[in-house]
Amino acid sequence: MVMITPRVRKRRITENVAGFDRWLTFSVVALLLIGTILVWAATRTWFASQGLDPQYYLKRHIINIVIGIGLGYATTLIDYRLLRAYTPILWGLGVLGLIAVAIPGIGSVVNGARAWITFPGGFQIQPGEVAKISIILGISMLLSEHGDIDSGPSDRDVLKALAISAVPMGLIMLQPDLGTAIIIGVSMIAIIAVSGAKSRWVAGLLLFAVIGVIGAAKVGIMSEYQVKRLSSFINPSADPQQSGYQLRQSRITIGSGGVLGRGLFEGPQTNGRFVPEQQTDFIFTVAGEETGFVGSGLIIALFGLFFWRAFLIAQRTNDLFGRLVCVGVIGWFAFQTFENIGMAMGLMPMTGVPLPFISYGGSSMFATLVGFGLLQNVHLRSR
Amino acid sequence: MNSRSRLNLVVMQVLVISLLLAMLGRLFYLQVADGLVYQNAALSIQSRDIVNPAVRGAIVDDTGLPMAMDRPGMVISVDRSVIDKMKDKGVGVLQKVATLLVKNYSDVYTSTRLCGELPLGSRTGCWNGTLYQPIPLTKVATSAQALKILENADQYPGVNATPVPIRSYPALAGENAAHLLGYVGSVTSADIASGNNQYYQNETIGQTGLEYQYNKYLEGIPGIKTVIVDRTSNITSVSKNSDPTPGDNLVTNINARLQAATEKALAASVLNARAQGNAADSGAAIVMDVHTGRVLALASYPTYDPNMWQKGLTVAQAQALFSASDGVPALSRATDGEYAPASAFKALSVVAASSAGYNLNANYDCPYSLKIGNQEFHNDDTSVQGHFSLQHAIAVSCDTIWYQIGYDQWVKDGGLFPHNNPNDFFFKNAKAFGVGVPTGIDLPSEASGRLPDRAWKLAYYKSNKNFYCNFTKLARKSDLTPYLIAIAKQDCVDGYVLRAGDAVNFAIGQGDTLMTPIQMTDIYAAIANGGTLYRPQVARAILQPDGKVVQEYSPVVNGKIPASSSDLTFLHAALREVDTDGTAAPVFATFPIAVSGKTGTGQVQGRNANGTAKDPTSWFASYAPSNEPEYAVVMMVSQGGYGASIAAVGVKDIYSAIYGVTGNTVDPKVAIFPTGAPPSGLPKVDPKNAAPVTPVVAP
Repeated sequence: MVMITPRVRKRRITENVAGFDRWLTFSVVALLLIGTILVWAATRTWFASQGLDPQYYLKRHIINIVIGIGLGYATTLIDYRLLRAYTPILWGLGVLGLIAVAIPGIGSVVNGARAWITFPGGFQIQPGEVAKISIILGISMLLSEHGDIDSGPSDRDVLKALAISAVPMGLIMLQPDLGTAIIIGVSMIAIIAVSGAKSRWVAGLLLFAVIGVIGAAKVGIMSEYQVKRLSSFINPSADPQQSGYQLRQSRITIGSGGVLGRGLFEGPQTNGRFVPEQQTDFIFTVAGEETGFVGSGLIIALFGLFFWRAFLIAQRTNDLFGRLVCVGVIGWFAFQTFENIGMAMGLMPMTGVPLPFISYGGSSMFATLVGFGLLQNVHLRSR
Repeated sequence: MNSRSRLNLVVMQVLVISLLLAMLGRLFYLQVADGLVYQNAALSIQSRDIVNPAVRGAIVDDTGLPMAMDRPGMVISVDRSVIDKMKDKGVGVLQKVATLLVKNYSDVYTSTRLCGELPLGSRTGCWNGTLYQPIPLTKVATSAQALKILENADQYPGVNATPVPIRSYPALAGENAAHLLGYVGSVTSADIASGNNQYYQNETIGQTGLEYQYNKYLEGIPGIKTVIVDRTSNITSVSKNSDPTPGDNLVTNINARLQAATEKALAASVLNARAQGNAADSGAAIVMDVHTGRVLALASYPTYDPNMWQKGLTVAQAQALFSASDGVPALSRATDGEYAPASAFKALSVVAASSAGYNLNANYDCPYSLKIGNQEFHNDDTSVQGHFSLQHAIAVSCDTIWYQIGYDQWVKDGGLFPHNNPNDFFFKNAKAFGVGVPTGIDLPSEASGRLPDRAWKLAYYKSNKNFYCNFTKLARKSDLTPYLIAIAKQDCVDGYVLRAGDAVNFAIGQGDTLMTPIQMTDIYAAIANGGTLYRPQVARAILQPDGKVVQEYSPVVNGKIPASSSDLTFLHAALREVDTDGTAAPVFATFPIAVSGKTGTGQVQGRNANGTAKDPTSWFASYAPSNEPEYAVVMMVSQGGYGASIAAVGVKDIYSAIYGVTGNTVDPKVAIFPTGAPPSGLPKVDPKNAAPVTPVVAP
């Protein structure tokens, strides 16, 4: 086992930020700004027409971003290699949260999944988001322990990695929060693949994931709500007023934006709230309708920039653990982005995941900015 | 990095790039390639059209008396999109509303189902609109019923009460005129889909009769308010708002009092025929102005109440409209019924004989019977025989003279082996009279009748050859008599050949000859006016609500009958003698108005449902006054019996109403037309101030 001695050095903020990958930072800041405007656009008119504070969501979103940036920045301060030491604690916290959420008095049900813990004052936390990060760190740690040798991790290490993911994954499936479970699964497969583990592990896990999703639908692990959402993807006219309705409305809303869009705050579909959850899961429809192909294409381009830089960081680092963490974060963000935008455009079934950096929602915002912090952390320490 | 690790990292990058490209591609497809489609879809989601129906124009008679008009009504409707979502699929609510409206639940159930939702055979009364429009249960709800629904909205979810203009047929002169006026109904999904007109759901359009024919004038333009709504259907803004434009009024040539009198005379004739032991299943009567072709009255029996649609048609009512045992009241016999014209056709045969060179003023043999081939043809009445003038032969309705002439002409044309260009005097003559061609009356679905000439024979043979040649296999068991089998065998070989029997029967308007009562009326009007065939017209003018003339319908000439002036002189004398000294003399000899006309008693093949042989069709075709004709009046009673004893009597009743005849005296004060003729000018139309008028007193 090869241990790398971490560089432990206090840095000032300016010095630290100057060491960030600038393009990565630029893409994230741009996405955060766009997201802020879109959350406002999604809620302003409707809230005003209901006699409520039109800036209600805008204010809360900004607070979420500020807290998220704080958390993300904090993530960059400690050398990621030291994080290994805290990984078991983080894992324990995630599992505890997931157990707590299963207790009816503590966990609350949103969209058919008991995935939220509501604190007094209305703040909600999704332990699943904490679990995401802890699993990525945990299995990256296990699979990089053999060092950067050609043989890759042993079957034993892979089994261990799977074992430590199994507990939080199982708890997430019980909620049931299929979206989060699939994202974690994709992230795990990406880490295992890049760790150099034997190809049969990757192939087997992919097969297992496919069977798992189909099986979950059949056996009924997924709630009726989720099965409906999945089946309405296959046949959108099956239930025109319910989940198929959402898919249809979402597609129409994006399509009606045309090349240049209807203008910010001017989208009639958005302002009439024909698409549900449009500040969270369906935020991309707001971009589509109000900013058109130009604006929503820009969002996809910014994600492209983000992933390009993230991959560069993963390639440049000499540390396998850092690379695997990067790969895990990339897998997580890439799949979540594709699932969210793809769902809004009718490419993917409806599972209800937020769009990274853009959607309204505290836990998700915090987790994605921590993910961003991890990438920068690896970048800072690989020079 | 080991090689597997490196490779997998590259694979992952490729994967992420392809996902991003897939998203961009899909985005391009949605927003740029298909953007317009989605823009329209979005617009249709956001906008709702609220239709404010226009007041439909009135249909008035020649004096301006409304026969059809809009009046305020209250519609009770059911919203399927609401009740279908209930646990019991709305059964409870429909039961409640049925009780409130004093209707059968099964009727209410049927009337709220799409036709396709019901099994074949029990679709009568189904809803032929769409599920997205409120389905009306009645349009004549009382205010108490409406209030109950509005005040207890929670107990009647999906049920609504709204004031609407409803179509009313007020029968102010006691007229029914159902077949003339037609009725209105909600626009059907087929109407909307046809795209001929931009119809809005809930719109009412004419379904038959004048309501259908002149719908584009009557309907007006509904007021449309287009509103932009949000997801919960709250109106956020109004994008378009137009007021309804009331429809134009239709002035007809019909006189409502004469129409009522004509209907009464027809109904009385049917009852009279039944009293004399005939089946008398249906009938028609028409009054026409001979100088213009204007239709002054047009009645069909049996009839129906055109108001029943507005009350909410029950399944039983809807079925009765088309039920054979009720005589198919929906069918307008005057324009859609086809019957053998029988002896009333002889007026046409006279002209044919004249063109074939027969001397109309000579005397002819009228034996009681005549053998042609191996078939015996005879007169109806043994008393009709002798050697007398053709004029007298018309008056007493001798058939054998016509059999002989018809046979002789058939032989001259080559008989069973016809010449290349046969003269066919009788067929060509009938064609020139318009037999076999619709008159073009301004009412929907007019029948053409049938001219059974050589071309028709050939076409008929072609479509029935298979049946003739496989008669023993295809025919009903009861028809497998040696005689019919022999005929079928013959027809299989040369069924297209015009036989002696065909030619002979045609000369007296029998055999395969069919005419509609409106064709007959038009022809007798032409004989009366000196030979001009007019297109029968019900509409007189279209007036805007303020009285401005949109369109006036002047007489249209369809053609001239092929009669020379000497033919007409002969016909005028002969048709008058029918009523002074002939078959109709018992009815008209002492009538104070000189009537010319011809009786007809048409033999009908086939049997009634109860197995009895069909009774003959009773015809009387006439015009009056004989010297200076004004009106053509025709009555036909299907299975009515003798023309003289049934239809002629009915026609006399109609003339009595027109001229104000009681017994043998004429009282011009009670005549239908105070000036002695139909009005030449257009009346004032003011439906709001319409009041009932005195109907004609029964003679």
